Amino acid sequence: MLKHLFPNQLALGFAQAGVTAVLAIVVGLVARKRGIHIEWETVVALIRGLAQIVAVGFILVLMLRGPQWTSGFMLGAMVIAAGTTSARRAKKVPGSFEVSFWSILVGSGSVIALMTWAGVIDGAITSIVPVGSMVIANSMNTNALALERFRSEVESHIGEIESALALGAAPEISVSPEVQRSFSASLIPALNNLRSLGLVWIPGLMAGMVLSGSSPLYAAIYQFVVIAMIFGSSGLTSLLCTSLIRKRIFTVAEQLAIAR
Amino acid sequence: MSILLQLEHLTRTVNGKTIVNDISLDVNAGDLLGIVGPSGAGKSSLLRLLNRLDEPTSGTVLLEGKDYREIPTRELRRRVGMVMQRPFVFPGTVADNLRFGPQQQGRTLSDDEIEQLLRGVGLAGYAAEDVGHLSGGEAQRVCFARALANQPKVLLLDEPTSALDEAAKFDVEAVIRKVSEQGVTSVLVTHDLQQARRLAMRVAQLQAGKLVRIGNVSEVLNVETSLS
Repeated sequence: MLKHLFPNQLALGFAQAGVTAVLAIVVGLVARKRGIHIEWETVVALIRGLAQIVAVGFILVLMLRGPQWTSGFMLGAMVIAAGTTSARRAKKVPGSFEVSFWSILVGSGSVIALMTWAGVIDGAITSIVPVGSMVIANSMNTNALALERFRSEVESHIGEIESALALGAAPEISVSPEVQRSFSASLIPALNNLRSLGLVWIPGLMAGMVLSGSSPLYAAIYQFVVIAMIFGSSGLTSLLCTSLIRKRIFTVAEQLAIAR
Repeated sequence: MSILLQLEHLTRTVNGKTIVNDISLDVNAGDLLGIVGPSGAGKSSLLRLLNRLDEPTSGTVLLEGKDYREIPTRELRRRVGMVMQRPFVFPGTVADNLRFGPQQQGRTLSDDEIEQLLRGVGLAGYAAEDVGHLSGGEAQRVCFARALANQPKVLLLDEPTSALDEAAKFDVEAVIRKVSEQGVTSVLVTHDLQQARRLAMRVAQLQAGKLVRIGNVSEVLNVETSLS
C-alpha cells in the first residue's frame, strides 16, 4: 500500500519508519494499561534510534566518497560508544569502562583485522563498516552480559569468595567459579545464534544480500561466516572481560573491593 | 606467656562511620579470647581486620611482634585462619575442602592427615562424603577442619554457632574446646554470653566499636550481667 502512496524511495522509507513507530507506541500504550510505564522511554528510544541511524546513513554516504582510513575511524568510534554503553550495566564494578573498552577493542578488533587480512571481509568501506559494526555490537552485548553476571555472581557468593581468601588463596583462585559461570552465561546468546541459524531465524544480512540480487546459497554461507565471526569475537571479548575484571574487584591487599 | 597478636589502636571507618574505634589489646599464645557485645558493636568487623579481610583505617596488628602489613597477605591468612558465621563449603567432597588450603601452598594432604583432621572435629570417615549431604553442624565442623589444615597460629571464629540448632551448637563448641586444648590460640566472637562463659579464658567487651572492658571471664561477664 505504501509503495503506491510514496513512489519516492526516501519518502517511502520515512513512511515505513512511521508505521513501525506507531506499532511500537501501541505496544507502549498496551503496557501502560497494565501499569508498566515505558511509553516515554519508547518514544525517546524511537526518535533517538531513527536520528542515529539516519545520521549513520549520511556518514556512510560521505564515507563512500572518502578515503579508506575513515572506516577505521568509524569503527574506533563505535568501540568507544560500545564500551560506554556496556560499562553502564555494571556501575558498581570498579573500572568497568576500561575493562569494557579494552575487551571490546581487542575482542572485535582482532577478529575484524584478521578476517579482513584473510579476505573473509571485503576491505571496502561499504563492507567493512557494516560487518564490523555487527561484530562490535555483539561483542558489546556479550561484554555487558559478562560484567553484569560477574557482578551478581560475586555479590551472591561473597561468603564463598572470602572463605577461600581466608584460607590463603590467591584472588583469581577465589573467584574462579564466578568467572567461569559469567563466561558461560555471556556466550549463551552468541551460541544460540549459531545453533539456531536458519532454523529459528534468517538474519538481516542474508535477507539483504538476497534482496540485492546475490545468490541465496552464497548469502547463506556468508551469513554463517558472519555469525561464526561474531561468536569468535564474543568469546574473545568475554574471555578478556572476565580476566580483566577479576583483578579489579580486589584491593592491593587482596580484599574484596566490590560494594557490599 | 608470650603475646601472639597485638592490636594497636585499630580503627576502621566506613562511609564516615567508625565501626571499630581505637582498639588496643593483646592475645596471648594458647589463649581463647571471647569478644562479646550487642549487635552492631563491631565484633565481626574487628575480627575481619585481624586477617586483613578488611583494611584498618588506622592502627595495626603485630603478629609475633611483626607488623602484619609487612607479611604477604596470603601468608598472613594461612597463619591467622578464620571460620565464618555460616559454613561456606566448596562444592565437592569433604576431603576436597580440607585439601584446598594446603593446595594453595603447593602441599597435598595425605589421606591419613585428612582422617586425623576429621577425627579432631568428630567427623571420622567423612572424607569421601559429598558436602551437599552434610547438615549445617557437620558443614561447620568441616570448615573448622579446613581452617586447621593450614596449621594456623591463631584461629578467628566469627559466631560459628549462630546459624546452628542447639545440638549442632554443642558439637561445634566441643570442637572449639578441643582445638583450644591442643594449644591453638583462638579469638571467638559471640553474642551469647553463656557461650563465652563456657568457652573463653578471657573476654573483651565491645560497645559501639569501642573496647569497654577486658579481663578474665568472671570479671567482665559478671559486670555485663549486672548491667543488663
